[in-house]
Amino acid sequence: MMLTLLALAAIVFLALVFGALLGFASIRFKVEGDPLVEQIDAILPQTQCGQCGYPGCKPYAEAIANGDDINKCPPGGEATIKELATLMGVDAKPLDAAHGVEDVKKVAYIREDECIGCTKCIQACPVDAIIGAAKQMHTVIIDECTGCDLCVDPCPVDCIDMVPVAVDSSHWEWKFNKVPVGDIPIRHMS
Amino acid sequence: MFADYDEIIERISVNQLWDFPGGVHPPQQKALSNQSNIETLPLDKTFYVPIKQHIGVDGRIIVSEGDSVLKGQALTASEAPFSVPVHAPTSGIVKKVTEHVSAHPSGIPELSIIIDADGQDTWIPLKPVADYAKTGKSELIERICDAGISGMGGAGFPTHIKSNNTKPLEFLIINGIECEPYISSDDRLMREHAWQIRQGIDILVHILQPRQVIIAVEDNKPEALETMSIACQQKTNYQVVSVPTKYPAGGEKQLVQVLTSREVPSDGLPIDVGCIMYNVGTCYAIADAIVEGKPLIERVVTLTGKSFKSPKNVWARLGTPIQTLLKHGDYDDSTQSSPRFIMGGPMMGFTVTSLLTPIVKISNCILVPADNELPHPDDERACIRCSACSDACPASLLPQQLFWYSKSKELEKAEEYNLFDCIECGACAYVCPSEIPLVHYYRQAKADIRNQREEKEKSDKAKIRFEARKARLQKEKEEREEKHRIAAEARKASLNKDGGAAKDKIAAALARAKAKKEALAKKQTQNEAPGATAPESDKTEVVSKDEVSAESASSQTAVSTANETEQAEQVLSSTANESSDITAEEDAEESAKATAAAKKKRVAAAVAKAKAKKLAAKQIKKENNES
Repeated sequence: MMLTLLALAAIVFLALVFGALLGFASIRFKVEGDPLVEQIDAILPQTQCGQCGYPGCKPYAEAIANGDDINKCPPGGEATIKELATLMGVDAKPLDAAHGVEDVKKVAYIREDECIGCTKCIQACPVDAIIGAAKQMHTVIIDECTGCDLCVDPCPVDCIDMVPVAVDSSHWEWKFNKVPVGDIPIRHMS
Repeated sequence: MFADYDEIIERISVNQLWDFPGGVHPPQQKALSNQSNIETLPLDKTFYVPIKQHIGVDGRIIVSEGDSVLKGQALTASEAPFSVPVHAPTSGIVKKVTEHVSAHPSGIPELSIIIDADGQDTWIPLKPVADYAKTGKSELIERICDAGISGMGGAGFPTHIKSNNTKPLEFLIINGIECEPYISSDDRLMREHAWQIRQGIDILVHILQPRQVIIAVEDNKPEALETMSIACQQKTNYQVVSVPTKYPAGGEKQLVQVLTSREVPSDGLPIDVGCIMYNVGTCYAIADAIVEGKPLIERVVTLTGKSFKSPKNVWARLGTPIQTLLKHGDYDDSTQSSPRFIMGGPMMGFTVTSLLTPIVKISNCILVPADNELPHPDDERACIRCSACSDACPASLLPQQLFWYSKSKELEKAEEYNLFDCIECGACAYVCPSEIPLVHYYRQAKADIRNQREEKEKSDKAKIRFEARKARLQKEKEEREEKHRIAAEARKASLNKDGGAAKDKIAAALARAKAKKEALAKKQTQNEAPGATAPESDKTEVVSKDEVSAESASSQTAVSTANETEQAEQVLSSTANESSDITAEEDAEESAKATAAAKKKRVAAAVAKAKAKKLAAKQIKKENNES
């Protein structure tokens, strides 16, 4: 009898100790926010274009975390889908064509002599990459432009073009099929 | 772990050097081009000077189209630390500042300054340093930068950055290895200009104060070894070292390892192990810049390969299109089934995309092989995992794994296998029995990784901007709401403060409006009341009905409703003001006789019309809503 009580007491004691330990740990090492959403958001291309149907990359990241499809991001394309699939532990699917197709990298370009200075594109730009003031010409900061397309529709005079980014030699991907001639000799006949 | 200074000095003095792993021994073809003296190219008519010929950033262009420039005049100014100016190769006119095919494997056009030579070849006034030994270190470094000198061995690293060293330096290594099997430009330079190279070394010694200078020359260049030894024999701390021939012994990290046994860390520089290395061509250019005051406007270029009838070395101005060099070397197009011109050597060079590709600071060779001389790289077969490549790799990497991951685009894995330690020497591709262009895959993977990194950086920046904007908009919205709330409160407060006064005002206004409405209703009763008795008023109704019927079927029903409403109103008003009704009837009888009758009819008709129209619109709206 005594032994049973002792065993019981020991178990209860251990339960209390571990309970306290876990309780302490849950407070001490509390994680703010949802790390999964942050991880997904880090993979998304941050164009904030809304082609996925959500108002920005973070909301889409939250939606993915809540079980939405991972193939709704055309700017990210296959590479992003692959990464998301690895992170979420699901199979990579082809890009959902309903949300657009993968395109070359583009930036917005304002034909400045046609701009009437209505500021509509400035309000539409999700990353503040357009500068200008009312009735003054606007222009795009190319380095900040994500190529999201959102400024094109609001423009009342259609003076915004999406221009493909030109490749320079430091960004060249060593793909010879994209230039007229050229290869590397590499091997020398012995 | 590594050998210390004394041990290195001892071993160098008895020529017992270390070795680097791997390496290959391609057949030597230097004898093709190193038999004759360096010739000078006849002056070309047009020069294409790319504004960036080094690693770093572009300088700012300081000439404009139409300017006349003198030989050696700076065309760009160095503003950022990693920028190096370029200079006019001859005197003439700046014809254009435009994009021109680049001396890069892609041939992607880059900003270049096109100069039309005037044939005079007039120098700008040169400002040599009288005595460099009495000149400050920083001034010399500035001079080197202004002369546009960047590493001439191949990488094009800005020389002034390398020379501005603050870390302890033991060995200044002068690289005269030239391990590419065909190239002999450094070989000829050392044979013919050993004294000037010595001068350059002296200047570097003055700037850097090394403990020991090692001049390393591969043992397949005995003449160069001899001339360099003679040039340096008076200096006790200069040591000319003969290095066993093995490709790629001329690689910076490999040569440091051969001479000192020290390994340069993966992401480090030779200075991390107490060494700094310069190419012999760079030393020559430094001597030119300091002693003569001449900027870097020409270099030695090897013209070699069996398609040249007279392979040789030439002094070529920077910006000379390679077609001029081909002509000078007597290019024989019958030896090639399809034209193929390689800039650089067979191991690390690339095929140029245009005959107008200019010579730049790092172009050391134009190789034009005959058809049977070099294989065409299109017979790639599957990897058989023989590991010959890992035996040949001078950086002790696993090329077969890197190939595997690069090809399947598993870039993270490739990075894990130290892809970025690959010096792209091509030894692996040289030994590959399946003839896989391995380096090509590594270059693609490296470019992909770099581009991905850049995109990641950009997307992080976009995220920050997006979030900042969201926060700003939220704040503006809150401020607006706050303002509205405060205004509403102020209104309420003033209403309460005035108490009865304001309320009375509103009540008075309401009363006034009511009175007006009543007066209007009275007037209407006056107009329509006689309609029941007088025949003229009947006519009014007819007129109004006629006019309304012209509108539409739906508005006719509206008219009837309008009339009904009017009647209802009349009833209402008549019961309210019976007394006034009576007087109105009397008035109407009088007015019926009066001449104003016609006018009244018109007014009544207009009022009826307007009312009918309004009601019709209302009804239509109602119907629409219901439907």
